[in-house]
Amino acid sequence: MEIVLALAIGVLTGSGVWLLLRPRTYQVIMGLSLMAYAVNLFIFSMGRQGLAIDKEPVLRAGIPTDLVNYADPMPQALVLTAIVIGFAMTALFLVVLLASRGTAGNDHVDGVHSRDVQEMP
Amino acid sequence: MDFISLLMPHLMLAPIVLPMLTSALMLLMREEQQRLKLTLNILSTLAGLLIAIALLMWTDQAGAPVTMGVYQPGNWPAPFGISLALDRLTALMLVTTSVVALASIVFAAVRWHRAGVHFHPLFQFQLMGLAGAFLTADLFNLFVFFEITLAASYGLLLHGSGRARIQSGLHYIAINLAASSLFLIGVSMLYGITGTLNMADLASAIPHVDGADRGLLHAAASILAMAFLIKAAMWPLNFWLVPAYSAATAPVGALFALMTKLGVYTVLRLWTLMFSTQAGESALFGSTWLICGGMLTMVFAAMGMLGSQRLTNMAGYAAILSSGTLLAAAGFGQNLLTAGLLYYLPSSTLALAALFLLADLLDRWRNAGARTAPYEDDEAPFLNAELVPTAGLNLDEDEEVLIGRVIPAAAAFLGLAFLVCTLVITGLPPLSGFVGKVAMLNAVLNPMGVGTSAGHVPGFWGWALVALLIATGLVATIALIRVGMRHFWASHDRNTPQLRVAEGVPIAVLLLCCIVMAVQAGPVLRYMQHAADALHSPGTYIHGVLTQAPVPNPIPAKEQP
Repeated sequence: MEIVLALAIGVLTGSGVWLLLRPRTYQVIMGLSLMAYAVNLFIFSMGRQGLAIDKEPVLRAGIPTDLVNYADPMPQALVLTAIVIGFAMTALFLVVLLASRGTAGNDHVDGVHSRDVQEMP
Repeated sequence: MDFISLLMPHLMLAPIVLPMLTSALMLLMREEQQRLKLTLNILSTLAGLLIAIALLMWTDQAGAPVTMGVYQPGNWPAPFGISLALDRLTALMLVTTSVVALASIVFAAVRWHRAGVHFHPLFQFQLMGLAGAFLTADLFNLFVFFEITLAASYGLLLHGSGRARIQSGLHYIAINLAASSLFLIGVSMLYGITGTLNMADLASAIPHVDGADRGLLHAAASILAMAFLIKAAMWPLNFWLVPAYSAATAPVGALFALMTKLGVYTVLRLWTLMFSTQAGESALFGSTWLICGGMLTMVFAAMGMLGSQRLTNMAGYAAILSSGTLLAAAGFGQNLLTAGLLYYLPSSTLALAALFLLADLLDRWRNAGARTAPYEDDEAPFLNAELVPTAGLNLDEDEEVLIGRVIPAAAAFLGLAFLVCTLVITGLPPLSGFVGKVAMLNAVLNPMGVGTSAGHVPGFWGWALVALLIATGLVATIALIRVGMRHFWASHDRNTPQLRVAEGVPIAVLLLCCIVMAVQAGPVLRYMQHAADALHSPGTYIHGVLTQAPVPNPIPAKEQP
């Protein structure tokens, strides 16, 4: 389980960083989104007991209220906030991206329509 | 004073709540009601300034070495609930923010606030985010307030539109979103290791971290620091800063001079809390990196200042120079040096804000009153090959250039303001920049051997800081004097500048604050010394936050059956 999660976070982050360094604005925004997903998964894995399997997420009658029986609620609260903020920021970035596309006439991050940059694989 | 104490702890909430309510109210108004929004904005910012001054006076009560205000908005005891904390450093940052904000909104009132929509609500949201980030005593709320500040700054940067702003805004947003990811990774790692997000609780947990986890802790702190250092413009993470700051409209640029100081503030606050000398094995972790990074930033910024031709670019590099100086000085972790840097922080921020505003007026003068600058390249203004007097000058019978001409009042004001800005930014005597730099040099060299923590022998890094403080000052002087000569001494076919009172007054007030700081250097430095002492003995802060009891329920609890 740990290795699967670690691999997932690693692959998402790696792809995100790769896309972030690309010349097109669309690739940059995809990269930022992938990085945000990776970060959210990472926050989940940083609970007090690492990954909790088969544990209650919220309090339930009849189960003693300590962390032995429950998943750590804190990372879930953090992820929720991070997701909301991340969405808002991505939406805002998208607007700026469209505005940049409109003024520059191309979707290069520097606004320069360069042939050799465009031809890069 | 009694009246303020009566209002405390609740007054602490006002710097956050007041701008929030103001901007919420403004969102309800129609876009055409610009004048009403402007009035509301100025009044709210003015009220914010008064509140900040009241808080400053409260933290600096006579007789008490450290006065801490702690407020628990959710009424939960400290490590579990959200906490706000107010000490001298926080109050200082709040006052600086309010002064700069008031100056820039008055400046914007002349014309810039009409350059786009929703300027006023965004402005207030920015103030709310800044105040919240200064006041919070909780890592995750620090993230939330950072994001509020950033979201507002994205909008403000794009205010006025135009290709240059959108292009640099794109880079600015991308780099800040990436930095936010780093911030979250650092925060969650710290939570995983210590099990707390409260800064005071974190500080008391760090000496007891397992030996096996210490590497992870340092990694988490480094990742978190990376996020702050991107905000604080540490080299080389600031390639976006100069284009963005110089593309922004003048009042926004002035406000952005504060944004780099937010990064410096968080580094100061968190580093002195988490890695104080009492932090066991982790004591002063990363100090060499801070010093090295700060010094490299200083060198980079000085070269940038020398290399830039437009005044707005130069102001951007001056902002980087100021945060480099602050970070390098902070890395030493000595309370005397920290006092010097705390003095330097508001004085350089005020002068930078004034320089951003002044650059706008000079640009307009150069473009003969055109509403927007017609150029978008990096060409220098009227850079003729030789800056010698040419035709059309006053000559006497011997064909000598007549010295002494009537200087129009507006041009004289611009020239004087530019001179004061130069003096403060470069740290030349007799103004506040000089006092701040001397206080720092004095702490490093400590010729009289006074004080507690500063060493008598500066050592390699101490000498390096001394050399860089003087050298960057010299380079900045050369760069700014060159601009001054080009704008004020060389002859041009220009009319006298059109200066409105509402544009001159904010610049004059900002610079007047610097002069007052220099005149009142004794009491101001004493305040900074108290603030620095409190930063370097974090026990008081930790104790203050953790022992604050929740307010008891006013309704008596029902009898248990």
